[in-house]
Amino acid sequence: MSISRRDFVRTASAAAALSAIGSRADALSVAPSIFVPTYVTRAAEYKDLAMKAIDAAKGAGADYADVRIAQYRSQFVQTRERRVQGLADTETAGIGIRTMVNGAWGFAATADLSVDAVVATARKSAAQAKANRAALTKPITLAPYGKAQTGDWKSPIKTDPFSIPVADKVALLLAANDAALKVKGVRFATSGMSFLREEKTFANTEGSYTTQTLYRCSPQMNITAVSADNTDFQTRSGNEIAPRGLGYEHVVDADMIRNATRWAEEAVQKLSAKPVDVGRYDLVLHPSHLWLTIHESVAHPTELDRALGFEANYAGTSFVSPPEKMLGQLKFGSKLMNIRADRNQVGSLSACGWDDEGVVPESFDIIRNGVFVDYQTTREQAPYLDWWYRKQGKPVRSHGNSYSQSWSDVQFQRMPNVNLLPGEKDHVWDDLIAATDKGIAIMGDGSFSIDQQRYNAQFGGQVFYEIKGGKIVGMLKDVAYQMRTPEFWSSLDMIGGKRSYFLGGANNDGKGQPSQSNAVSHGCVPSRFKQINVINTGRTA
Amino acid sequence: MPHEPGAPRSLFPAPVTLLSREDCDAIAKKVLSFATADETRVTISSTTQGNMRFAVNQASTSGDNYDNVISVRSVFGTRSASSTTNSRDDASLRAAVSRAEALAKLAPEDPEAMPELGPQQYGADSPGWSEATASMEAAGRAAAVNAVTSVAKAAGLVSTGFMVTTAGAFAVANSKGLFAYRRQTGAALTTTVRTADGKGSGWAGASTNDVSKIDPAALARRAADKAKRSVNAVAIEPGRYTVVLEPTAVGNLVQLIAGAFDARSADEGRSFFSKPGGGTKIGMKVLDERVTILSDPLDPDAPGAPFGGDGFPVTRRTWIENGVLRSLNYDRYWAKKMGVPPNAGGGGGRGGGGGGGAGGSLRMLGGDATLEEMIASTERGILCTRFWYIRPVDQRTILYTGLTRDGTFLIEKGKITHPVKNLRWNESPIFMLNNLEMLGRAERVSASEDGSPGGGIIMPAVKARDFNFTSASDAV
Repeated sequence: MSISRRDFVRTASAAAALSAIGSRADALSVAPSIFVPTYVTRAAEYKDLAMKAIDAAKGAGADYADVRIAQYRSQFVQTRERRVQGLADTETAGIGIRTMVNGAWGFAATADLSVDAVVATARKSAAQAKANRAALTKPITLAPYGKAQTGDWKSPIKTDPFSIPVADKVALLLAANDAALKVKGVRFATSGMSFLREEKTFANTEGSYTTQTLYRCSPQMNITAVSADNTDFQTRSGNEIAPRGLGYEHVVDADMIRNATRWAEEAVQKLSAKPVDVGRYDLVLHPSHLWLTIHESVAHPTELDRALGFEANYAGTSFVSPPEKMLGQLKFGSKLMNIRADRNQVGSLSACGWDDEGVVPESFDIIRNGVFVDYQTTREQAPYLDWWYRKQGKPVRSHGNSYSQSWSDVQFQRMPNVNLLPGEKDHVWDDLIAATDKGIAIMGDGSFSIDQQRYNAQFGGQVFYEIKGGKIVGMLKDVAYQMRTPEFWSSLDMIGGKRSYFLGGANNDGKGQPSQSNAVSHGCVPSRFKQINVINTGRTA
Repeated sequence: MPHEPGAPRSLFPAPVTLLSREDCDAIAKKVLSFATADETRVTISSTTQGNMRFAVNQASTSGDNYDNVISVRSVFGTRSASSTTNSRDDASLRAAVSRAEALAKLAPEDPEAMPELGPQQYGADSPGWSEATASMEAAGRAAAVNAVTSVAKAAGLVSTGFMVTTAGAFAVANSKGLFAYRRQTGAALTTTVRTADGKGSGWAGASTNDVSKIDPAALARRAADKAKRSVNAVAIEPGRYTVVLEPTAVGNLVQLIAGAFDARSADEGRSFFSKPGGGTKIGMKVLDERVTILSDPLDPDAPGAPFGGDGFPVTRRTWIENGVLRSLNYDRYWAKKMGVPPNAGGGGGRGGGGGGGAGGSLRMLGGDATLEEMIASTERGILCTRFWYIRPVDQRTILYTGLTRDGTFLIEKGKITHPVKNLRWNESPIFMLNNLEMLGRAERVSASEDGSPGGGIIMPAVKARDFNFTSASDAV
């Protein structure tokens, strides 16, 4: 089996995708193929409100304050087999005001954007900061900010998803479901797409005022095959079509109709796949799978707040701690392992002009040739590493990793895109398979779980192939691998090149209390890991 | 969205008030007056939340927020769609109605469409409201947090945690005269206390509707005690062990079964509750005969929502009785298709409203064994405080994987002998409740991984054999 990235992320024009839909599309095409969505811009009013909030916070005693006014528009289209299950448009707008009084944080938010409510909310935020001082022993300090920021940033989309008629979206999804249901043995197919447009105004007491328009686009599909006697069922999620910070062009590029047939065939094949024999195997991991392993085992443990114990009650701490014994010293993985954080990648989920405390995000190395060299930071956190940055001859500044899921939640440290860089040799997926004698190839992300310090993890996948003598010899099922993070990454011995780079990602990276969802991409290449422990997850009731 | 520029009228923070029954009725009537669809439904959610986080024995971040969300569902024949706004001015409400109607007209015919419900009879108001919770402010949260951190500091330990209160009002109304309104509060305090060297960790938490029932210092003492006792854990071989699970760990697992209480999935052959050959397992024994699981919106200890998203009344349900599957959720569409009475909201999928049949609460009946008796009767086993990062592995058997966390101890010859390193398991609550040995008294637990108040979950401690631990973890 040799499926390259190009096979499943084939570029197709919108016209080609829709021409395949046939009569159903004709019946549904009651709207023009494109229209101009209307967005009510309240830029001037929001600027005025932001300034009033800043003034009110200062007046209430805040030493520092920042304000985010955000307007979100979302659309969800969800289908099941030959019907539409849900069609929804949502809008939400509000203001979140963060204040610091004598080194203690306060935050208050309201959906009421009247001047009265905004001023009252700013005061409430400052009053809360004052109340929190009672539970404070060491005041918080912020890393230097640099010059005040002004400007406007937009996601680099080609087609505004809200400009595409719902009928076209529905037709595409139903056509994909049809393609899946045509495959013998497939009984169920669900598909959907969701879109987000966020308009964000930011201002702080350092004199910054910025506006941003961000988009996210998330096509999804899931196919279920059921055995004739109802004793087994298997699913195949089309999760190679990762969510992106793009417009409708991403849906078109995802080519769901063509891919649906392959995913459906794979769901059926899984019913008769050979249950895996437990043991140690060389794993060849496809980027559509590996992104999640990177997310859990590399990106999370290198968040500085976790390493310092701030997330101990929920997300957990980190094995990459304490910083003074880790930075420049921890051998995280093999020399082939180079990890870089980057919020400037076009089309990635965490791309932005400024983070949620007005910092221009910088790209930075987290792991260089297998050695851990830096954490993800915000303004509150960077000062903890001043000794390290001084030693490196670098300024103490935030990497720009602050994020909040909404106007109603306080911003805190969230991971940027954390990527595994391609190797120097231009290997592709097939080269890794050919070089493997006894192994398992895994595509697509599946079940995932990892401990609170990010040592012990278990990952499933979507499809699993047995490799013998450099060739795929058949499909396996009930596969999951268990790993200990540093040993796993130290076993990395072969890695794909630039040509096989792929950006996976998710909209639902959870952290914080109350839990917030972060949207993040992870770029990576096919990679091989030696002698990893594989278990069989199949049991009978 | 009233946004007149000008000077503020008040110098003091305005009190935030949830929408009353009358407010919701007025908003719903206004929205319905703008509607031109065959049928229209209005759903209103008015919520406040106040929280405070603490880490390394001091305040970290906190937040207060207030939001009102109005959702409109429009139906033309069998076409439907919805739209949502959080602005209450006429222009925004009109825009929400016209967006929903425009989308609905573009939607294809839905062969599974169900009409909106007419007026419904609801039982007594759910006992889920507490003034103490609704009125708690930042200073009250800070005092609770101080009560935790001072215990930890005095013991030379490091506490981290989360205190949250929520208050919400929810209403559903439609063009056929249905109107339902309810209020509910929630509160939770969870804390993880660690030793300064990071070698020991203990957790304790409480979830309730009434914040005055939480004793922060008692929780702190429990977590601190576990932190101290879990230092220098030893590694043991993974494998099948007898386990004594504290009520929180039982809640972590048993609530996963509720996710499979969907009749349609069972009838379609893709659920643990599918009967081989076709149909569901209703009437079949699926768990140990001592297991009874139910939900009741009027449960005083775990109140739930008395109606679903479409206004369908939620009543007391017995899901599993003495080990026998008694009930699954039949939404209105599936009930009609299968020729049975509907017992859950929704029908025809997400646009139908949903709401399930459990109303957010779940109770498993307990026995009378104490934790001490369970330990004393165990030759060799593992005591678990709670589970973490629980994710599905195989829907066919409700098999999940996860890890132990914050207090895992080896039991030998009837006594706790020493702390053990955490373990990953691959296990199903179905297998666990078939391997049942002893049941403790049921109590309300904080069983959400993220420390949110969650639904009311009442669980007993459980002793079970052959729990499947598959690998060891070095995480503390």
